Amino acid sequence: MEKIKFATIWLDGCSGCHMSLLDIDERLLEVFSKVELVYGPLVDFKEFPRGVDVTFVEGAISSNEDEEKILEIRNKTKILVSFGDCAVTSNIPGMRNYCKIKDIMQRAYIENADIKDKTPNIGIPHLMPQSRPIHEFVTVDVFLPGCPPPADVIYYTISELVEGRIPDLTGRTRFGQ
Amino acid sequence: MTYEELLEIAKIENEKKAQYVHTINVCVAAGCMSCGSQELLDAFRREIEKRGIENWCKAKGVGCLGLCTAGPLIAIEPDGIIYKAVKPSDVHDVIDALGGEPVKRILCPSDMSFFTKQQKIVLENFGKIDPERIDEYIASGGYQSLYLALREMSPSMVIDQIVKSGLRGRGGGGYPTGLKWTTVMKASGSQKYVICNADEGDPGAFMDRSVLESDPHRVLEGMAIAGYAVGADKAFIYVRAEYPLAIKRLRKAIAQAEHLGVLGRGIFNTPFNFDIKLRLGAGAFVCGEETALISSIEGNRGTPRPRPPYPAEYGLWGCPTLINNVETFANVPAILRNGSQWYSSFGTEKSKGTKVFALAGRIKNTGLIEVAMGTTLREIVFDIGGGIPDGSKFKAVQTGGPSGGCITEAFLDQPVDYESLAKLGSIMGSGGMIVMDDTSCMVDVAKFFVEFCMTESCGKCVPCRDGSAQMHYLLDKISRGHGNTNDLHSLEKLCELVKNTSLCGLGMTMPNPVISTMHYFRDEYLAHIHDKTCPAGVCNIKGGRK
Amino acid sequence: MMIAKKISQIQTLIIDGKEVGGRSDETILQVARENDIFIPTLCHLDGLSEYGGCRLCIVHVKGLPRLVPSCTTLVREGMEVTTNSEDIIEYRKGILSLLFAERNHVCSVCVSNGHCELQWLALKLGITHVEFPYIYPKMPVDATHDRFIADHNRCVLCGRCVRVCHEVEGAHTKDVMGRGITSRVITDLMNNWGESNTCTGCGKCVHVCPTGALSEKGKSVAEMEKRRQFLPYLKRMRERS
Repeated sequence: MEKIKFATIWLDGCSGCHMSLLDIDERLLEVFSKVELVYGPLVDFKEFPRGVDVTFVEGAISSNEDEEKILEIRNKTKILVSFGDCAVTSNIPGMRNYCKIKDIMQRAYIENADIKDKTPNIGIPHLMPQSRPIHEFVTVDVFLPGCPPPADVIYYTISELVEGRIPDLTGRTRFGQ
Repeated sequence: MTYEELLEIAKIENEKKAQYVHTINVCVAAGCMSCGSQELLDAFRREIEKRGIENWCKAKGVGCLGLCTAGPLIAIEPDGIIYKAVKPSDVHDVIDALGGEPVKRILCPSDMSFFTKQQKIVLENFGKIDPERIDEYIASGGYQSLYLALREMSPSMVIDQIVKSGLRGRGGGGYPTGLKWTTVMKASGSQKYVICNADEGDPGAFMDRSVLESDPHRVLEGMAIAGYAVGADKAFIYVRAEYPLAIKRLRKAIAQAEHLGVLGRGIFNTPFNFDIKLRLGAGAFVCGEETALISSIEGNRGTPRPRPPYPAEYGLWGCPTLINNVETFANVPAILRNGSQWYSSFGTEKSKGTKVFALAGRIKNTGLIEVAMGTTLREIVFDIGGGIPDGSKFKAVQTGGPSGGCITEAFLDQPVDYESLAKLGSIMGSGGMIVMDDTSCMVDVAKFFVEFCMTESCGKCVPCRDGSAQMHYLLDKISRGHGNTNDLHSLEKLCELVKNTSLCGLGMTMPNPVISTMHYFRDEYLAHIHDKTCPAGVCNIKGGRK
Repeated sequence: MMIAKKISQIQTLIIDGKEVGGRSDETILQVARENDIFIPTLCHLDGLSEYGGCRLCIVHVKGLPRLVPSCTTLVREGMEVTTNSEDIIEYRKGILSLLFAERNHVCSVCVSNGHCELQWLALKLGITHVEFPYIYPKMPVDATHDRFIADHNRCVLCGRCVRVCHEVEGAHTKDVMGRGITSRVITDLMNNWGESNTCTGCGKCVHVCPTGALSEKGKSVAEMEKRRQFLPYLKRMRERS
């Protein structure tokens, strides 16, 4: 059987969902016998390849770079999975949404700084006024909520996708799991 | 108060009236007041005094003459001459012209369709009597229906007349009035209440206000008759505080009626007592909904509660309560006076009598009109309303306030009654009629009405509270040129949700303007979405911000 | 009290094709629950008056033109009720989604994570994401009370706290202010909770609250479990007296 091309990406999130993915433990071996990991924070590829079958996207869209990435990923992916609460609801990143960016920067880099109290401004993407969930930018095929989604559900999701089925996640995982 | 005394008052008043060869009736309803009719009335009075013609000429304030767009209006009785946009500087010429050739430059042709095509029952005293004098109301036959009811009819006979007249609630729902009265009469309870709903909040609607300002006693009499019929001795008029003139005149009217003994204890020497008190609304649109209104009178937050039980069974402080609209009560004296058969001879099969409409928007003759049910929208807009000004093209007429739908040119020949308006996706509503021409953008119109409902939602039920905000978000997005076809689909789904699951009428009907504009003017929505243009040039698409 | 003693008749009706019986003073919701028929609710709570605000318990009754809330509709002989048709399920999901989008329900850091009725309903009704754009309003948190916290970010305006405070505790410390989406539960005349003269500190409001909007101080994420067994008991005791 040909392996499916599998990618993961981590936008504005905490990496917890990727940790939960690793938490499927020994089943990883089984999964990787069926998928080929073509992109993600766990492997070292610079460019997001074309023709990816399944991409798991962790994290919300918070900067112009995130937006560019998600549009590119959507173009190059057959099935896009909104992976975890930040991607599905914007969750923690969204908690800054009622604040002005200026105030957030002031708080993070000036008020709470021990040394070099200066707002970074070179070579970093611009924050958008609000962090928003992925499906407000692109069409999402599978929603996998949870903070993080439980390893078992992640395993189930991948197993179904590998078999060419769209997983039914009703009742399996909830917001803030 | 006896019948003889009532007739005596009428006789004296009529004799007084006959003494004047000419009476100058100056409209002192809010519309004309706002363009200076009080000063005009004073100017007439001064001029009459100066000329020393008080014996045969009199100037007095009267209720609304209808053609509000051309105020201040005056009518010369009994000549039947109407002058429009009269200024204090015209006073001299008007008095000079009495009995002779009318002053051409301010003459308003009284044979214009605006006046001739109307059928006045509720508005019969408008422009004729001084709303602040009970004597004039009595002279025009007022309080005789109440006498008739109290002395010569049993409560069930009164209700029978109302049932046979075919009168339906004029507040918008169109529930058969007679049936409502019967239910309250039959409800068990030693204490019952009558409530007059004068919380008129629809944008562009001013029927109730005009009735209260121009002929308040008619409403009081209707309420007293209702009280007798259903067995209630206490009543409230819930009027919005934004109507100071109506409140002032109501207060005066209640005081006069109590003084004469047509309200209060032992009316017409019968054991029937009837007290009317005013309650002022604090500006919440939802308090026009009957259960919210009751909650507000009770001193609670004005939020609706699920029905049943209906107020007829379980209303004010848990007592059986009759709630009718101002116009409904105003119809009652005329029905008893002239008989149910007379009343039901007007109108269509299922909608009897007449309906008062407030014409507003892009129409020549803005103002207050009353037409028989079944009159076509075309007659209302183009004959009575005079059509669209400045040679613009008619686009739609919106009936029923913020929760009504927009009706297009193709359906203008539909008769106006409860059923046919509902069939067109609109509602009769309380009688606001807003005419739009091609300078109106229908997306913008829908957005306006949704915004109104969003800010006026009480917040109790989820679909109305949140659904309105989400609908407004989508409409705003589309109107700024950021919408896509998915948004249109979401909007449709949202409309269904809000319409079918909301708690009260506000939420249930709120999507109507959106549904009807999406149905009849889909091309305009699509123009905003695909071409990023607003065909009417209203929406600011370029300057929009994502 | 008179009403409670009024002789009620037994009515038979059909709910989702199942023949059931109920007293004439029972609501569709009560009879359905007695027969293990699931109808989701949020503003309803046994022991409090019915509110009819959340609209989750809408059902279809044959012959009625509109969907009705099962919490306020009494059963009638021969009624045919459908609780789970496709459109009803869609509407419920829509209503719940509207609630999630309304305020800042960040489940992962909520004291009630795992013990929240809103969260549980989303799981039960199969909501994996919210289609409506989140509003992200700026909401206050009132931590002025010695023992309790009111976090308006999590409030769904179900009115349970208002009702329990008025109907059971008799204090009427809590009420609602404002209109539409800007309405909010307040303490007294919009004072800080800690400065309330009317609050007895009984904590009933905290324990009837379906979400993490009202919680006890000192509880961290997912630690706030609500105990509301007292409510039906109090109600029964009152009806008896």
